[in-house]
Order: sequence, then structure tokens, then C-alpha cells
Amino acid sequence: MTEAYQRVQAARQKGRPTAMYYLTQIFTDFLEMHGDRRFADDPAIVGGIARLAGKPVTVIGIEKGVDTQEKIARNFGSAHPEGYRKALRLMKQAEKFGRPVVCLIDTSGAYCGIGAEERGQGLAIAENLMAMMGLRVPVISLVIGEGGSGGALALGVADRVWMLENAVYSVISPEGAASIVWKDAAKAAEASEALKLTASDLYGFGVVERVFSEEDGDFAALCEKLREALTTEFTMLSALPTEELVQLRYDKFRRIGGDER
Amino acid sequence: MLSRKLFKKPKNRLEGEADSTVMQAEERRVACPECKALVPHATLQAQAYVCPRCGALHAMSARERILWLVDEGSFHELDSNLTPIDRLGFPSYAGKLSKAQEESGEQEGVLTGTATIQGHPFALFSMNPAFIMGSMGAIVGEKITRLFEYAAENRLPVVGYAVSGGARIQEGIFSLMQMAKTSGAVLRHSEAGLLYVVVLTHPTTGGVVASFAMEADVILAEPKALIGFAGPRVIEQTMRQKLPQGFQRAEFLMAKGFVDRIVPRNAQKHELAQLLALHQRGAMA
Ligand SMILES: [Zn+2]
Repeated sequence: MTEAYQRVQAARQKGRPTAMYYLTQIFTDFLEMHGDRRFADDPAIVGGIARLAGKPVTVIGIEKGVDTQEKIARNFGSAHPEGYRKALRLMKQAEKFGRPVVCLIDTSGAYCGIGAEERGQGLAIAENLMAMMGLRVPVISLVIGEGGSGGALALGVADRVWMLENAVYSVISPEGAASIVWKDAAKAAEASEALKLTASDLYGFGVVERVFSEEDGDFAALCEKLREALTTEFTMLSALPTEELVQLRYDKFRRIGGDER
Repeated sequence: MLSRKLFKKPKNRLEGEADSTVMQAEERRVACPECKALVPHATLQAQAYVCPRCGALHAMSARERILWLVDEGSFHELDSNLTPIDRLGFPSYAGKLSKAQEESGEQEGVLTGTATIQGHPFALFSMNPAFIMGSMGAIVGEKITRLFEYAAENRLPVVGYAVSGGARIQEGIFSLMQMAKTSGAVLRHSEAGLLYVVVLTHPTTGGVVASFAMEADVILAEPKALIGFAGPRVIEQTMRQKLPQGFQRAEFLMAKGFVDRIVPRNAQKHELAQLLALHQRGAMA
């Protein structure tokens, strides 16, 4: 058992709060908006308009579901293209009305299935990445559990990317990496270590700007802290001229994995 | 740390040197992936790497692709000095990298630069299917990002040949973040009103499909190329069912509305030249 793998297990722990919890604890007056206006409403992604300390914001979250029935209905938080397209629609709506956007990330990855491919899973993610890079309102993404690959990044191109202490964020699941690199899915613990996927690893790499303590499991207290932090940060980001906001976001991602030798 | 000097790039016609390496290449035979016939490499080279017996498309290295595609002597490589970095100290990655470099004679899985086709100038990227499965390491993302920035600055269209197994696991989060970085660079190039044409070749999957490969104005594909976000085996495992015939092939993607045109290899030069001409500044006047 490695420390990294303990975090992976904590991030997946049954009973760990999911997106809807944060959505209702941090924000008020949430009005859910359904559907991508193209194909369907994907229950793996919830989104809508709420208030943060009184001010309107758009909130989008990947929701895994709480009980078995809900988990199945929400496809365990693995979104289809229509989920990403709903998220994009709501972000564009936020841009139109000048509202900041909060994204809550918790997914083992975008869904891998026949329907998802037929409806352009790759394109849907690609379009979100491109649109978020140019979005003219502030965006903060918070990884609350699992940040699984492209399906997480599709809501993660933000001015600030924050993580909870036990959240993980990775290019591939530890099991996936183990089976590809070592041809042995049982080597997930070693893979977790090698992938450097913990919040503190990613903070060290400059991929995330802030890591929040989980207050020894007092998630209500955590939500208080998150509300304050989001409010302060949006006040600061909203004061920036739009061009500068977009430029700074570009520069932030532009620096990652460059040739710094 | 890998030394660049250790791996001498093989000379080739691209750099204008028809020497003994080419002689060796002429004697080399390549097994066809479809009909298994042993085809002389020189024969393949002379006919766009299409099997003379069954018509199957053979894989082309990034440099072979460029040599075949562009006006002779027109390719000028950019950022050839960039080499991959083992940022995570991932087990056995350093060895894997030097093996890939040795076998390909290249530093990374993508070549970028400028060239012309029938006199039309453009910026170009060409990915290498054999370099750790054409995976997107951070330097692959960096080179593609720099190319789009260069093209935006110099008002050039971009033509890209995509082929990729997806993310490079050994570079972890740095690989994943290239999807965001390249998408930002494509967006800026696009906002400058410039053309981007991609040619999806066999196979183009994973993080590359979920970023710059699907963000082009015109998406072309080679016949029968496998194109998808998830690999077919992963889908079979999740769905626990056999996949339909032709699933995730170029023809399937075109039928579903995600590919503009399927272009056989021998028509690609001409079509790309046509597209470049149609989008030339002043073409509308
Ligand atoms: Zn053949």
C-alpha cells in the first residue's frame, strides 16, 4: 500500500460527498438546467444557475450518484458527449450574462462505449477544451474526488484549478496504467505512485494552485472555507480586464510541460 | 539525462542526401499488414506506401510522410532541438525513450516545420506512429503548440497528419495538460482567421482525438483509419459485447458526421493543394 494509492482509495470511498453535496452546501438557490439541446440530457453532469454569497454563478458538476440506484442512473459519473455539450452550453450561457463559472470534477473518466463514440466523445471533449481556453468569464475548477483523464479536463481548463486533499488527478487510472505499462492491473498501487497523481504532487508541479484540507472529514466546515475562497477569488478575477483574464489562462496552461531546460 | 549526440539522425532524401542509407532502404522488405506480402521498401516509397498487391495503406514515419507529401527540398524543420523529459522519473521510461529515439532516428514523436505543396506555403506537423505508439508526451504538445503559434504569427495555414495511441502514460499529468495547451494554440490560430486542415491516419485515438486532431476547420481521413476516443478493446470490455463491423473506422466517422472527406493517399497532395489555394489570402476577391 502506497500513500498515493491510499489517496486513490479515499477519492473513490463510498460515502464521500459527491458534486450535489458541494453544490447545495456552498451555493444557494440552485436551479438545475437540463440537456444539451442537441441529443439528450446526461444525468452524469448536473449544471445550472445558483448564487454564491448572493451573486449569480453558473455551476457545473460531474455527479457520480449516492445510492446504487442513483449511481446507475448517473452512469457512475462517466459522462457521454451530451454531458460535455450540456456543460459547454451552460458555460456559453454564463459568458453571455457575465456570470463566473464553477466546475466540480469527480469522474473516473469519460464513458467508453458505442453510443459515446457514435456521438463524438473525442470531439465533445476537444470542443470544451478549446471553448474554455477562450471563455470570457472567470472559471474555477475544483477536483473533489477523481480527476480521470480527458473526461475531467473537459471541465478543467480554468483560471484556477483547486483540489481537495484526498482528490487525485491523472492522465489514466492507476489500473489502466498498470495494465498497459506492466501488463498487470494488480500493480495499481505502484502505478499510483509512479503517476504522481496526488493533490500535493500536482501542487508541486504547478498544475493546481490550491489544495484544501478536508478538515478531518468535516465536509460542512470545508464547504464554508470553499465558499469564502471562491468568493474572494472571483472578486479578484472579475476585476481583471477580460483580455487579460483570457491571456493569463492561456499562459498558465502554456507553461505546463514546456522546454524549461 | 539523454544525450542528443548519442543518437545520430539517419540522413535521408529530405535533407537532400541520396547516399548509402537509401541503398539499404531499397533492399529492405516490409511485410504488408493486410496480405502479408513482402514488399520492397523502395517499391512502397515509390507509390505512397500503398501495398502493390492488395492496396492496404502501410504506416509511414513522420519524416517519410513529409518527404512524400511536400515539394522537394521545401521542408524546414522547427524546434528539432526539443527532446522529451522524464519529468516523473517514471519506471523504465528513460530506456523506452532512448529505444524509440534509436529506432526512429528522431528525438520525439512529432516533426514540425514549414513547407510548400505545389508552391503553396504552410506550417506542418507530422506524427510518428512508431514512437511509443505515437503518444503525446509533453514535448509533442509543446512542438505542436509552438507550431500553431508560429503559424499564427506568420499568417500561415496549418496542415497536420495525426496518428496517435493517445496520452503518454509515463508523463502523467504533463501529458494530459497538452490537450488543453494545444487546444489553446489551435483556438488562437483559428481566431486569427487562418486555416487548419488535419488528416487523420491509422490509428488516431485517445487524448489526441479529444484535442487538436478534432479541432480543425477541415477534417480529412485516410480510408479505413481507426479513429476514436476510446480504443476498441476498452469499449468491448466496458460494453461486454462485440463491436459492429467497421466501428470507429474513417467511413463510420464520416457517416456519423465527424469527418469531412475520406481521401485516398494518391489524392492527398492534390486535395491539400486545392484546399490551400481556396483559402489563400485574396482568393475571395
Ligand atoms: Zn498487401
